[in-house]
Amino acid sequence: MNMIVCIKQVVDPEAPPASFKVDTVTNKVVPSPGVSPVISPFDEQAVEAALRIKDAQGGKITVISLGTNLLKEVVKKPLSMGADELILLEDEAFAEGDSWSTAYALAMAIKKIGDYDLIFCGRQATDWNAGQVGSGIADFLGLPSVTVAQKIDITDDKARVERVTDDGYDIIEVSLPALITVSNELGEPRYPTLKGIMASKKKQPITWKPADIDVDPAQIGAAGRRTSLVKLFQPLSEVKCQIIEGESPEEAAVNLALKLREDKIL
Amino acid sequence: MAKHKGVMIYGEVTEGKLATITAELLGCGRKLADDLGEELYAALIGNDVSDTANEAIAFGADKVYVVDDPLLKDYHTDSYVSVMEKVIKQVTPQILILGQTSIGRDLAPRLAFRLNTAATMDCLELDIDPDSKRLLHTKPVYGGNAQAVFTYDTYPQIATVRVKAMSPLERDASRQGEVITIETGLDPSAIRTKVLEKVREEIGGIKLEDAEVVVGGGRGIGSAEGFQQLEELAKILKGAVGASRPPIDNGWAPAGLQIGLTGKIITPNLYIAVALSGTSQHITGCSGSRKIVAINKDPEANIFKLAHYGIVGDWKQIIPAFTNKIEELLAE
Repeated sequence: MNMIVCIKQVVDPEAPPASFKVDTVTNKVVPSPGVSPVISPFDEQAVEAALRIKDAQGGKITVISLGTNLLKEVVKKPLSMGADELILLEDEAFAEGDSWSTAYALAMAIKKIGDYDLIFCGRQATDWNAGQVGSGIADFLGLPSVTVAQKIDITDDKARVERVTDDGYDIIEVSLPALITVSNELGEPRYPTLKGIMASKKKQPITWKPADIDVDPAQIGAAGRRTSLVKLFQPLSEVKCQIIEGESPEEAAVNLALKLREDKIL
Repeated sequence: MAKHKGVMIYGEVTEGKLATITAELLGCGRKLADDLGEELYAALIGNDVSDTANEAIAFGADKVYVVDDPLLKDYHTDSYVSVMEKVIKQVTPQILILGQTSIGRDLAPRLAFRLNTAATMDCLELDIDPDSKRLLHTKPVYGGNAQAVFTYDTYPQIATVRVKAMSPLERDASRQGEVITIETGLDPSAIRTKVLEKVREEIGGIKLEDAEVVVGGGRGIGSAEGFQQLEELAKILKGAVGASRPPIDNGWAPAGLQIGLTGKIITPNLYIAVALSGTSQHITGCSGSRKIVAINKDPEANIFKLAHYGIVGDWKQIIPAFTNKIEELLAE
């Protein structure tokens, strides 16, 4: 089973909201000192999905990451979790893309890898929350796709995928090769083991430039964007919280109930 | 561009009825179509969906395009993308709006790539730019920490809209419209997926999305037993229980109870947030609540920035006393 997982380095979504700032002149996020980037959590779960299949029946996992200023200690994490290879699409020409240009470049890189049965992506990245790149890669490569998966089982040349729906899940069978996007319901990704960390130290990522994957320069990064960002802003919250107090927690609780009644909320 | 005219919404039908989101999309689409001085179309795709076409007209559509075929009984990416590609190429609308539902979030991106255009997912607002006449898509980004406005010059301009973000029009059965049937032209062998089973998670009581009162628990609840206590409070308030992500990932509450960016969007009259810090991705799911009460032992917790009422303290001491008092007050 040859598997490919696409991962993205993002601003840590668990960082305190107070640390998040936007420059409304440049329409860019201001990096907060002390907040380190991470792999987008859904992408880490995509790595976990591939590792579970590798545990069950063996296989090879190639991880691809597109971006700029990629930190080795961040993007190498899948290797220390148990993935086999890491390919970086790192070049200024790939920067400032949107779902379109990113999916195109990743699809071209996957074409170059050539031999694959399954491609995994996170259901969406935690920065732009678009949730389109997986479907885009599948369309460029002409592959079937199943999005928002919580469980994947492989039997022969098919995958059985539990796809999360609005009120439960569907069990979907899809022929391979296929692309699957993974949701958080899959469960927590594993921690890297010491052995994994040592092994990953010896592995060097392979970097591919635009010319290496035979892309049309007009279709990647900022040049290939279909969408333009008009404005990026932080919505104002104007709520003033009334803190309800009491001699004891129990009394505060009673006072809260009385207050809600008084204000006709109950 | 000249040949791209009109606003189309992608309608969903559940159990033979027009889905709530579809009425919301028609309300939003009607306004955009009127701003442009163009027509509003609805596309209804599935099996046995023709009966709902008149409903779509009553909620604002001028023309309803129906693709009705047993092959379309279940949603498959391959079949639905291919049918919608055909509908779009025939009708050539300049805007296509879908719901941010399990179908919409799968269909919209792939259709956008197929048609060589772009989509913006999970929009909260859609407006026509008065100068360019293009669609301005406003959506939350960075887990709700910020909002972004996008625009593009490829057609159709595709957007998905968050559930409950738009208001439906008053149903008007006297509205006139036209129903047009389109053949599927589907090759069954081109569908590469099979639906083996549809598992519906039965959650007893009132549905989270419909509840007037929601009691939400976070990481601080610590166990499934803790959630039973929240359940008691919810029951007395005739409400529903929800959760932030950590309880779901830890298995203390079923996945269907997740409130947030990747879970349910709730808009109750009252949201009682217990032992949850209020991460942006959770807030994005509950910020439409009319009043928020926060109970958290950390006075710096982000949830207090959104809450109208708060108690700083341990929920284990507060919730039992609060539950008893509420029961007493409601019995009066």
